[in-house]
Amino acid sequence: MYTRSLCLLLLVAGGAAHADRLGIGAPASAEIVRAWNIDVAPNGEGLPPGRGSVSAGARIYAERCAACHGPNGEGKPQDRLTGGGGTLASSDPVKTIGSFWPYATTLFDYVRRAMPFNAPQSLGYEEVYALVAYLLYLNGIVQADAVMDQHSLPAVRMPNRDGFVPDPRPDIR
Amino acid sequence: MSSSDNRSRWIHLSRRQFFRRSAGVAISGLVPLAGRATGTGAAPDSPNLVPPWMKTQGRPILSPPYGERSPYEVAVVRIPIPGRTNTTTAAASLTPLQSLHGIITPSGLVFERHHAGVPDIPPQEHRLLVHGLVERALIFTMDDLMRFPSVSRIHFLECSGNSAGEWKARGSTVQVTHGLLSCCEWTGVPLALVLQEAGVDPRAKWLLAEGADAAAMTRSIPMEKALDDALLVYAQNGEMLRPEQGYPLRLFLPGFEGNMSVKWLRRLKLGDAPFMTREETSKYTDLMPDGTARQFTFVMEAKSVIVRPSGGQMLRGPGFVEIYGYAWSGRGRIRRVDVSVDGGRSWREARLQEPVLPKCLTAFRVPWQWDGTPALLQSRAQDDTDYWQPARSALLAARGVDSYYHYNAIQSWRIGPDGAVENVHA
Repeated sequence: MYTRSLCLLLLVAGGAAHADRLGIGAPASAEIVRAWNIDVAPNGEGLPPGRGSVSAGARIYAERCAACHGPNGEGKPQDRLTGGGGTLASSDPVKTIGSFWPYATTLFDYVRRAMPFNAPQSLGYEEVYALVAYLLYLNGIVQADAVMDQHSLPAVRMPNRDGFVPDPRPDIR
Repeated sequence: MSSSDNRSRWIHLSRRQFFRRSAGVAISGLVPLAGRATGTGAAPDSPNLVPPWMKTQGRPILSPPYGERSPYEVAVVRIPIPGRTNTTTAAASLTPLQSLHGIITPSGLVFERHHAGVPDIPPQEHRLLVHGLVERALIFTMDDLMRFPSVSRIHFLECSGNSAGEWKARGSTVQVTHGLLSCCEWTGVPLALVLQEAGVDPRAKWLLAEGADAAAMTRSIPMEKALDDALLVYAQNGEMLRPEQGYPLRLFLPGFEGNMSVKWLRRLKLGDAPFMTREETSKYTDLMPDGTARQFTFVMEAKSVIVRPSGGQMLRGPGFVEIYGYAWSGRGRIRRVDVSVDGGRSWREARLQEPVLPKCLTAFRVPWQWDGTPALLQSRAQDDTDYWQPARSALLAARGVDSYYHYNAIQSWRIGPDGAVENVHA
């Protein structure tokens, strides 16, 4: 609220074009925007060129991921990545990529920015595509011969895609 | 425990057990102070005693230049979440609410929740990029950001996972049950002013906030919130941010779950849809009994907790007790807090300590004469939207026990006939 009234104040006080601007900050170069713009949207926007196969992903997973997430994504000591299908409404829900994650693109986004835990942002795009392909394969979502790229990944439909609802709170009166 | 706590009617159970074990010291009277006396050998309440610190000059100024608290208070610290930390960098630590006085959390006691540890960022090397659906992409230095008109606001910060252990189990102390909660004075620039410099495209409905930590933590923020009361914060409690709180720059969204107030903020990207990051899909969504998960559950609903007496403490026998606690709401101001000593059969309206600010901790007090019989202490808060903090039974009836986040039920502390205080689910 207070920011709105402040903006209004500046607007009224000025009058000329851009009078509401203070002129602070520098134009960001296209190079910086390109380098920093690493997020990937559900529609695939932001996915880089490159491709990766399930088999290539299996090799990278064994080397870079299995120590924390288990040889087959079963977890321990860190997050479980596979299984749990059909458990969300049970008394023992198991939330994994396969049972819970609504978008496959989020996998690319997250692995690229934050994994592996001991060396974030160290994987190349093709390695990330391959890992994503392998994790989807481990969850029974793509076939063993699948290849992930900027066209095939956004087309993957996750099992729990429709499992999310908006915030209905306050829900207790 | 602080010394003022020791002068009041509680002692910490562990300390009591410690003194019981140490040389058979009697546990009646002001045991902790006597036990910690440092060498005069005289009874502290002797009427003729001139203590040694009145017979010599004390420490000089600037010892040290950045002041430290009394050495008798160093036991008041953050602790990790018991049993839930299998890394030390993707982890959380808890504020010792039972030892706080007033609504400001000292910066060194503010709870931590990091996804990849605390980065060490030289401020001169930090930049904030604003791009996406804007008229012009801009990049800001810290000097740039500190040139903007500034504001200071006192707001609570609460992780939506605060009290998550209470869905299915019982934490031993209020630090464990409610310690992902702090309240500070935050200083920075209204986000709306910074976005105005870049020129917001009317198609922009969401804003991606990204941190400069090793998780490059990201959340999607609704533009409505970004243009309302969101802040870009660089200072906390009168000094520049602590590293654990996002130095040199963090987002701050008053009243929203703490995770969204992205620390070490380096990028803001405006878009026309939520970005569906890992932290707003697989985490920070609330699983319901029917298997659906609530998404974008941003606001922290009204909640309160009694911090003295609370779990692990000990009442020293019948007599006067000041019941002290905190209430807060992400929707606005606290209007009223009620306290019960009989498990909710009867309620008394608590006295609220000024100031009562929106989206801020409000301290409350109720004077009480404990008669030495078992009691069940509870508090319930109402905010200025007429919302009442729910009973545990009502919360579980609505959401089951697997939603993990946003537990805000009434907390119950049982006082036994021996004065021991423990967490119960009533």
